[in-house]
Amino acid sequence: MIEVKNVEKSFGDAKVLKGITTTFETGKTNLIIGQSGSGKTVLLKSLLGIHQPDSGTISFDGRIYSEMTSDEKRELRTEIGMVFQGSALFDSMTVEENVAFPLKMFSHKTPAEIKERVDFVIARVNLINAHHKKPSELSGGMQKRVAIARAIVNNPRYLFCDEPNSGLDPKTSIVIDNLIHEITVEYNITTVVNTHDMNSVMEIGEKIVFLKEGVLAWEGSKKEIFKTDNEAVTDFVYSSNLFKKIRKAQNKED
Amino acid sequence: MLIRYLSQIGKYFLMLKEVFNKPTKWSVMRGLIFKEIDDLVIGSLGIVAFISFFVGGVVSIQTALNLTNPLIPKYLIGFATRQSVILEFAPTFISIIMAGKMGSFITSSIGTMRVTEQIDALEVMGVNSLNYLVFPKLIALLLYPFVIGIAMFLGVLGGWMGGVYGGFTSSAEFIQGIQTEFIPFHITYAFIKTFVFAILLATIPSFHGYYMKGGALEVGKASTVSFVWTSVVIILTNYILTQLLLAS
Repeated sequence: MIEVKNVEKSFGDAKVLKGITTTFETGKTNLIIGQSGSGKTVLLKSLLGIHQPDSGTISFDGRIYSEMTSDEKRELRTEIGMVFQGSALFDSMTVEENVAFPLKMFSHKTPAEIKERVDFVIARVNLINAHHKKPSELSGGMQKRVAIARAIVNNPRYLFCDEPNSGLDPKTSIVIDNLIHEITVEYNITTVVNTHDMNSVMEIGEKIVFLKEGVLAWEGSKKEIFKTDNEAVTDFVYSSNLFKKIRKAQNKED
Repeated sequence: MLIRYLSQIGKYFLMLKEVFNKPTKWSVMRGLIFKEIDDLVIGSLGIVAFISFFVGGVVSIQTALNLTNPLIPKYLIGFATRQSVILEFAPTFISIIMAGKMGSFITSSIGTMRVTEQIDALEVMGVNSLNYLVFPKLIALLLYPFVIGIAMFLGVLGGWMGGVYGGFTSSAEFIQGIQTEFIPFHITYAFIKTFVFAILLATIPSFHGYYMKGGALEVGKASTVSFVWTSVVIILTNYILTQLLLAS
């Protein structure tokens, strides 16, 4: 579980996060949603330790990040898997080498054990015949799968995904969303996904945190998001005609 | 402006400190070092050999053409070629050429990793990205003096061929020239310079790539800026080292 308490962050005069307090639960897919510029990425980067909050605390299963020593922080980072928006695969390495990278860096496994684990994880994300391909030879969806495989290969306790569907077609997006959700449940990890894709919210949003202008404006589940009267949320969710129709239909059913 | 430069210099030295912090696992680092030796050192041999040989030849011909006084002995062609190649051409000018070749390669490869979030990925995994990216380059470039040694040999060889086969001097006179008033410390001086330039060649382009911001266009700009600064620092360092080692 990741607990965020009163986190504030400014860049110059611009206050980007304004006292965010929330909890990201273990074994659930937690989503951070909001418009561009709402502070989603800054919150995610604060969780990852890339940005240091100006005030407030972030704790990982009781371990307060700001109170950790550098070695403890480095140790914690080996427990984190991250899927970047652009996949961030290492260009010079093959798929197999990309996925094996965290194991080679941080585990004491033998080459045979590494190979076995890499094969297992690549199969788990349904990548076929891609072991020896370079990232530039893969489609966007396949690159995302490799990024997920690399993120989970070292059995992380925490999985972070920054806009995992960006640049993907709707069908592939659903496949990636479901893969993230399945992995979260299967390995009982704390997953935090940063997205503005409402389809993702509908597919995997077990806990949703809605940010508006740096403020946590609403939080709840995907079922609750359609029933909320919170104006900020409804403005965001129903900016799409499709979702307006879904809400209308749901309200009729109720 | 001055404060910005001082701040950049400070940031550069802090980067150097971080390069030696939290080393990457040796089994991984070994592979990276061999890759960098291949990319940076072996990959530069062809162009260094080509340039050294022909510039050595040109130095020899230019010297011969300027020795119009019949009282000046012909062996001075060999002497001047040796001095020019060993003292300045091989260590300094090859390094400036390498600032363009190796430097832009280093800046653009690290810069592209920055733009595509690969450096963030390393950091998030708990890898010291500066050690992972810069340290192998630094170690690989410890072999840079060998490149310059080859440049010295080929420069003098080119000078001999240009002088002898161009009909400007005899082989015996040229060889007499390259043996005349030979001071072994000049070789030491050249290799001390080369060693310092190797450190600059590995670190300044890495600094410009690592701390760049923006997209693909900025990667190109960073490579250009990196070449300019590496060249400027090499020339200034060359002046200081020459003053310290030869003039004192």
